Amino acid sequence: MPTTASKDKRAPLPGHHMVLGETDKLRLDSGVEFGPFTIAYQTYGELNADKSNAILVCHALTGDQYVADEVHPITGKDGWWLEIVGPGKIIDTEKYFVICSNVIGGCLGSTGPKDTNPETSKPWGLDFPVITIADMVRAQTMLIDALGIDSLFAVIGGSMGGMQVLEWCKSYPERVFAAAPIATSFRHSAQNIAFHEVGRQAVMADPDWCGGNYLLEDKKPARGLAVARMTAHITYLSQPALHRKFGRKLQNRGSITYSFDHDFQVESYLRHQGKSFVDRFDANSYLYITRAMDYFDLSIDYDGRLADAFKGSKTRFCIVSFSSDWCFTTAESRQLAHALNAASCNVSCVEIESDKGHDAFLLDEPDFHMVLGGFIDGAAEIRGLK
Amino acid sequence: MNNPHTNINSTSIPLHSDRIRVDLQLIADMVEPGTRVLDIGCSDGELLGYLTRTKKVDGRGLELSNEGVRNCVAQGLPVMQGDADRDLGDYPDGAFDYAILSQTLQATHRPKEVLSELLRIGNKAIVSFPNFGHWRARFDLMFRGRMPQNPNLPIMWYETPNIHFCTVRDFVGMCDDMGVKIERSMVLNESGSKVSIDSHSRFANFFGNQALFMLSK
Repeated sequence: MPTTASKDKRAPLPGHHMVLGETDKLRLDSGVEFGPFTIAYQTYGELNADKSNAILVCHALTGDQYVADEVHPITGKDGWWLEIVGPGKIIDTEKYFVICSNVIGGCLGSTGPKDTNPETSKPWGLDFPVITIADMVRAQTMLIDALGIDSLFAVIGGSMGGMQVLEWCKSYPERVFAAAPIATSFRHSAQNIAFHEVGRQAVMADPDWCGGNYLLEDKKPARGLAVARMTAHITYLSQPALHRKFGRKLQNRGSITYSFDHDFQVESYLRHQGKSFVDRFDANSYLYITRAMDYFDLSIDYDGRLADAFKGSKTRFCIVSFSSDWCFTTAESRQLAHALNAASCNVSCVEIESDKGHDAFLLDEPDFHMVLGGFIDGAAEIRGLK
Repeated sequence: MNNPHTNINSTSIPLHSDRIRVDLQLIADMVEPGTRVLDIGCSDGELLGYLTRTKKVDGRGLELSNEGVRNCVAQGLPVMQGDADRDLGDYPDGAFDYAILSQTLQATHRPKEVLSELLRIGNKAIVSFPNFGHWRARFDLMFRGRMPQNPNLPIMWYETPNIHFCTVRDFVGMCDDMGVKIERSMVLNESGSKVSIDSHSRFANFFGNQALFMLSK
């Protein structure tokens, strides 16, 4: 079976690709000067004359730039936030110019570990430098600069996308008018790091990972990556949501089989989630991006005083959490909101009642949509966007 | 939605109307345009929205109910979930020109601490509360031997969130103890309109259904 990487090489993915860092390289947190590199991105809508209507949408760990495409080029499914982004929708592409880029280190067109290292002419593999959330955002600023946009009307994203939103607000406050960090936190919790480590160990334990050189060996650590995805997927749901969806229902059989076959629907569902994930995602990218999330802690440069990260910020914030999200809890969102209060920032903080867990931000949640829509409309009015 | 603690006026005012509940209008009249305002217990954002639209204040809200927060943010108002007892500590000193606490003081656990927090984060505090010294409350206790229950205080004693009732005189006494300066004060009738009685007189404590104070340090 051809790997995703070799598919990519034959037929480049649709959308825009921008080569950046040719002269001014990207300085990574690790100290590496990186470049040139490619950022793959999608845009929707039109940039207005004074370039004041741009919204940057930041994707989550396994998301990508195809936020509002009707048909995803690899999965054939809806773009991941088609619910929210589009003509006449909450992020209205008839009004706003929406940009979404694949993060650096990703595997859907932006430079990542499966691409060729120009020095060796081989795939980067584990020679790819370690990337942080701040590095992802720095790469985004280079893209936004190249698009000639000075200030973004809004930066919006959930989960890891929300971390990028917060990093934007911390490092480039004058470039962000409104910010919506959703189902996220200012730092990755020990529990989340722990789950990521399980995922990474699953990938690395797969003999087909080949010490990270599977592309050279023409192999793919599909089983390891699938297990990583299965574990992670459980953390994105909630106990009640899993029970509501599957209970103890059996999969296409009248009784248990006294075997390790997937007797239960929930097992079959997870296996499917794992299997379909490996068709679209690169295992090493998964290692790098989970690491970036683990390293994220906005308060670290301020001796733990999170409020100092936002001092003097004029950005309008709307923090949203979901009651059953145990990856990024409301308690953490409130900690962030309190820090923003202490920095005298303009902040809204809402918990949405939902039993759908962390993934609720991707799903049909009318209360969430009402809140996000109200926040964006209110900010647009103040910004004078019609 | 009306204030959960007291039932002041059941007429509902449509959102984005420039007419608001009469008692809220009296508060709004105390606020200078273009100032920084924190509305604690902002409910559905009626006052906050009005102040933002008509007085162009830089307004923020704190509200206990999730539903209230949701409705406020959906109108574009910056509001977060929180309560007066727990969540005022984060705001820096003097962060606001006005800290408003409307019909909520009697439901707080530590009214005195809350008031001192209001005056720490706000240069001025605007506080309104139901007056337990009103003649009807006195009548209920004296002749019925029951805790006051009336259209203004409709909830039974075992269900009411109001745990720290006071009279106008009690409140003035606390302000004196704390060395808080009363800048303005007035008493309101059942529908929230101003009663033209000198708010320092004993008649105010007898005939005022609610009291409204503007305080400073």
